[in-house]
Amino acid sequence: MMETKYPTEPLKCWNKAKTLRENYYKDFAEARDKGGLRWVGGAWSFDAIPAGLGEDVYSLTGEPYGATVAFNDKFALECQEATEARGFARDLCSYMRNYWGSILINKYAWPQFSEEFPKPDFIWQDHICCSHAKWYQVASDLEGGVPMFDIDVSVGPYEELTEHKINYIVGQMHDGINWLEKVTGRDYDDELLIKAVKNEFRSCHYWAAICELNKAIPAPLDEKTMYSLYVLGTLRKSAQWTADFYEKELYPEVKDRVARGIAAVGNEQCRIMTDTQPPWAFLRIFRYLEQYGCVSIGSLYTFGLIGLWEVKEDGTWGPRSIPDIEITNRDEALRALAEWNLSKPEWQHFYHPKLKSDMMIRIAKEWKLDGVFLHFNRGCEGLSLGIAENRLAIQKAGIPTMPFEGNMGDEREFDLERTMKRVDAFMESLEIEKIN
Amino acid sequence: MFEKFENWYRNRHDYAKEWKKRTGGQVIGTFCTYVPEEILYAADILPVRILGSHEPQDVSEPHIFAMFCPFCRDCLAQGLKGRFDYLDGIIIAQSCLHIRQAFTSWDLHIPVDFNYYLPHPMNVQSPHAIPYLKEELKAFKKAIEEWTRKKISDEDIKRGIEIMNKNRQLLQQVYELRKTPNPPLTGLEAMYMVVSSQMVDKREHNKALEELLQKLPSRTLDNPGERLMILGSEDDDTEFVAMVESLGARFVIDDHCTGTRYFNTLVNTNGDPLGSIAERYINRIPCPSKDWPQRTRLDHIVQLAKEYDVQGAIIMQMKFCDPHELDTVVIKETLEKDLGIQTLFLEFDVTVPIGQFKTRVEAFLEIIREEDLF
Repeated sequence: MMETKYPTEPLKCWNKAKTLRENYYKDFAEARDKGGLRWVGGAWSFDAIPAGLGEDVYSLTGEPYGATVAFNDKFALECQEATEARGFARDLCSYMRNYWGSILINKYAWPQFSEEFPKPDFIWQDHICCSHAKWYQVASDLEGGVPMFDIDVSVGPYEELTEHKINYIVGQMHDGINWLEKVTGRDYDDELLIKAVKNEFRSCHYWAAICELNKAIPAPLDEKTMYSLYVLGTLRKSAQWTADFYEKELYPEVKDRVARGIAAVGNEQCRIMTDTQPPWAFLRIFRYLEQYGCVSIGSLYTFGLIGLWEVKEDGTWGPRSIPDIEITNRDEALRALAEWNLSKPEWQHFYHPKLKSDMMIRIAKEWKLDGVFLHFNRGCEGLSLGIAENRLAIQKAGIPTMPFEGNMGDEREFDLERTMKRVDAFMESLEIEKIN
Repeated sequence: MFEKFENWYRNRHDYAKEWKKRTGGQVIGTFCTYVPEEILYAADILPVRILGSHEPQDVSEPHIFAMFCPFCRDCLAQGLKGRFDYLDGIIIAQSCLHIRQAFTSWDLHIPVDFNYYLPHPMNVQSPHAIPYLKEELKAFKKAIEEWTRKKISDEDIKRGIEIMNKNRQLLQQVYELRKTPNPPLTGLEAMYMVVSSQMVDKREHNKALEELLQKLPSRTLDNPGERLMILGSEDDDTEFVAMVESLGARFVIDDHCTGTRYFNTLVNTNGDPLGSIAERYINRIPCPSKDWPQRTRLDHIVQLAKEYDVQGAIIMQMKFCDPHELDTVVIKETLEKDLGIQTLFLEFDVTVPIGQFKTRVEAFLEIIREEDLF
């Protein structure tokens, strides 16, 4: 084995993360066999709320599911073509098209757990992107009328938060709980809600804490690996298993890697971050970067989709502190949940690209980066929103950028060879040469 | 009869500059029809909707990723080219992500004295949307007061409501005439009339509408031919409308934000002014980006098709306009299967391939005519 600049070793908790993810999809498929309930919705939906219906309530979040489909390019193409044949435009969100396609061809991305796409009992969605509520409006139609509840969270940036904005969201949440009781026929348990909210605080805090550890040189994690870890938070951020995994297993292990100088990329000599979801069928780009000793330490996407952040006393970015509050009833839990989520970094750019540019420039400085890869992602209008302005702002800050166009979920819109050539040219501009 | 409206539409910038000179007032560019113009009229500000020019442009590419709709890029291009250099401010009321980028890039690169992002609720079907919007309108009013250094009284707002409501009522009266077997106006004329109302002082527009309504009922046009509906994304493509009508058909109704969606709902004049404005903008026929969980717009389109005795519908889909793309499949199916109305789906850009579209429209009209024949 070739000797590297830094020691490197596999993550010990890797298999645990894999198992947790598989169990999630298995539980959803088999929920009815256990007398449980199934719901579907977005990765940003307030999943702590349906948790109050009982401990046998399982979810399937649409974006990670769409990404899972995308990773299997043949299955993805089958889904996309079914969606197009049904009359839907090819330029719509590719996760959404993969998800609809799965319904249309009635196949589950995890055939070992279910051959057929498991029909949900209800839809529980949030709305900040144009495609959010509309995604499930169509899904409900395609499933023959599954009941749906959506919560609008687009009340403006966190720095402009007011009481009436919180009231708007909390009002919808209360209505949502009444609706859940009605459509499921179950009594709602506020204790389970409070427990889930606290789990969510831990998940979001510790995921950010893990990402913060990547400030170290060498970086203990690379982004390709992080995709398999952050995903747990997108599946069920309010679950005890997610919070425990981040707090009790992953965080201590990554901290230990930093202490021992264990690198994700043994020959680290160049540090970048990316932006938006990657083209899931082509994650080998990250392996290609390793030939340059280049590590992607993450992105605002991997850091801030689930992780919550705040500016610390020394002016640097760190994990948002877990609220030191006592939650004694439903309203308090919902208020805390709304306020917590509204500080999500990936919700800020929906109102102005400068909010995202500032965060990206901060990451570039504090994580000591040499450049930024910007995925102009045709598959996601929400996270590509304002990306051209982000590019201009990052360049203006003196940080080299490499834009490339593609699609997170539709491989027909990604040119691997061309992107590799771009990487070569970008590395040359940074005067980074391939190792061996 | 419609020359005045056409002139306003064509010479919108000259009009606004002249208005400023004449009144000494301020002009604000609006990015969406959810902007509560009542409050701007209350502050003696002229709201002017920012629309594109339907010309190819090459200035917005560095600012807005090309997968976003050509309309929002065309709007930004107008600013970057200095065509709205008379604006004192810009305002957006939150609707789709696409037009939002035209606003934010404008804010970053085109200096104006005042800008405001109104976080208009997206869940308009929630009972919490009206109280929430009312609070947002209070904040908006305060921001305008601070900028203009002038207090806006309830009486001022009532005056703004009156101006806007009158315009809506007059436009509705004209549209009523389009229900008749031989409507006294064409679709092109209707488009000039409504879109110009988004660009000129409503008080002048109201006067022109009142004069029009004196003469219009007795006007007789040639046989209208096939009665068509036009619906879909933002559309002020007069060239396209003129082409379709030159083939012997007539647009008798629309579901556009440059048409009925702009004026179809009045503000209640009996309630508290800001609350009533909030109620109006929540209860209006929604943009598809706000039409969930129920599809209320679909019922509205069906109702329009029936009321206006529509024989065919042309669905204009702005390339990359996601909110409309998410609705077109169900709209097309409902019109065709439930109402037996033929539809033609056309994807358009800021410029339309008029020759190709003409061939497709001719074929579409032939299908309708054959059905009439047999």
